[in-house]
Amino acid sequence: MLSAQARTPGFDRALLLVVPAALFMLLLFIYPFVYGLVLSFEPKEGGWLANYHKFFTTGNLWPTIGTTLKLALPATLINVFVALPIAYKMRVKSRWQRWMTTLLVVPITLGTVLIAEGMLTYFGPRGWLAQFLQLTHLYGGAIRLTHNYWGVLISLVISGFPFAFLLILSYITGIDPVLARAASTLGADPKAQFRHIYLPLLGPGLAMCFCLAFVQAFSVFPSAVLLGAPAGPTRVISIAAYEAAFEQYDYSLASAIAMIMGAVQLVIVAFVLSLRGWFYKGPVTGGKG
Amino acid sequence: MDNATIGTRGLAAIPGVRHSRATALGERAWRALLWGVMTLFLVNIGFMIAAVATNSFARRWLGTWLPQGWTASWYADAWKEFQLASILWVTVEVVFAVVALALLIGVPAAYTLARRDFRGKRALMLLFLLPLMVPPITYGIPLATVLYQTGLGGTLWGVILANLIPAAPFVILVMTPFIEQIDPNLESAARVFGANTWRMFVHVLVPLLGPGILAASLLVLVRTIALFELTFLTAGPDSQTLVVALYYAVFAAGVRAPQSVDAMAMIYMAVTLVWLLIALRFVNPTQLVSRVKEHPQTA
Repeated sequence: MLSAQARTPGFDRALLLVVPAALFMLLLFIYPFVYGLVLSFEPKEGGWLANYHKFFTTGNLWPTIGTTLKLALPATLINVFVALPIAYKMRVKSRWQRWMTTLLVVPITLGTVLIAEGMLTYFGPRGWLAQFLQLTHLYGGAIRLTHNYWGVLISLVISGFPFAFLLILSYITGIDPVLARAASTLGADPKAQFRHIYLPLLGPGLAMCFCLAFVQAFSVFPSAVLLGAPAGPTRVISIAAYEAAFEQYDYSLASAIAMIMGAVQLVIVAFVLSLRGWFYKGPVTGGKG
Repeated sequence: MDNATIGTRGLAAIPGVRHSRATALGERAWRALLWGVMTLFLVNIGFMIAAVATNSFARRWLGTWLPQGWTASWYADAWKEFQLASILWVTVEVVFAVVALALLIGVPAAYTLARRDFRGKRALMLLFLLPLMVPPITYGIPLATVLYQTGLGGTLWGVILANLIPAAPFVILVMTPFIEQIDPNLESAARVFGANTWRMFVHVLVPLLGPGILAASLLVLVRTIALFELTFLTAGPDSQTLVVALYYAVFAAGVRAPQSVDAMAMIYMAVTLVWLLIALRFVNPTQLVSRVKEHPQTA
């Protein structure tokens, strides 16, 4: 850090630079958040906890937590732990590397609606996949990959994987390759280099990536409506919150659901970030995290 | 595991030195598995996009390999029916306003966070990290309520402000490491020659930060085009961006011809793809959140 405080005694005017951003966040993030929190304790009827009581006793509200987690956790785990070995492979510069990286990142541009439309057409009962499987006699039965749990899960993987891949790739390439080279002169093969050099250094980055990917998957909304069964098995918590706010116009209940959603999310994030403590800590760092 | 263990016990004890036939076979199987997974993923996505593209040009397509006739009229339909021209214009306005404002408040904040140590810095970092860690719906619903109370809800400015909430912290997150790797001596030199903070910023820092600013703005741009939830919650009929209009088009699917929706989805993909390819042209994806060089030694 620069010894600016020593040069300009008294108040450091550079600190003013952070004021607009901080004010903005206070005004548009913290204030609405606190407002929502207060609003959630002022229900239309009943005591101050009536909304939360209602959420945890109503049959189509509290199971949404489980439904959301059942979608978001597997999707995030698949995204992160499939992206990890692929990104590890792509860390070495080669002719293919840049092309493969670009190809794997392109699905970011698809957008939920195109993914939904594509899956409905391609996986549909008379879609290309069904026709191909029938033609080759690989599988004759009906394919049920849309309008159910699997449709939403596949859509979450397609939209989330490129992001996880990009993030992990940038963490891996941030690790000094000299470390791995040193290990290889001592006789470590790629597997051992990964296990003993990369994985410990990647720990914080992986935890961060898991959190960011989980946020994306946890707030699944459009794909749950378009590809799932929004009344039944993929009625996720964001659908419940949206319905309360914009179909029943009960902003108080909607805020309560939103707060519960945020709390569940933060519990998972806190748990994952606390796992960082298990990983290596020391003078050599992954560079970021 | 601490550093000493990696150095002595760790490496000496690594059982990777044996190069038996079994491990070589295992490695080959593992490599094949990885390539298989990647190929399966990409091939299926390729066919998925091709299915949408085919349908968007199809006259009628029911249960055959290829449609019975081809037409480009769905694109014209989508253009007229969905008022795509105005939606695209709104999207451009929102996206560029968000990028400009996010840079305007994000870069100076990133500068201070990269260069200064002060009390409350950790709390401030948390304040900037939190919006990226909380699902957009969670703060979007109370935010929409507040915006509608102040009269900003449903307007273009409401959408811009809502989209800035994840965009500004994102700029700060990307820019802070970029600024940290610039030698502070350059700033001191500018000061010695009498530049004030503003001139130092414009003439020294901004040119040096060019690549970083470009990277951050392109990434914010791609993210903002794709950000659904916040725009969905705060937009009115005249302030919908492309992604939200597209959702409504599918949601009211009974009314619209699916080909017309597919045509619109292809337009959406083309818009995002162009910007992503531009971004990848300038930004090596492997340097997204990394320091480009090692930390310079402060004198």
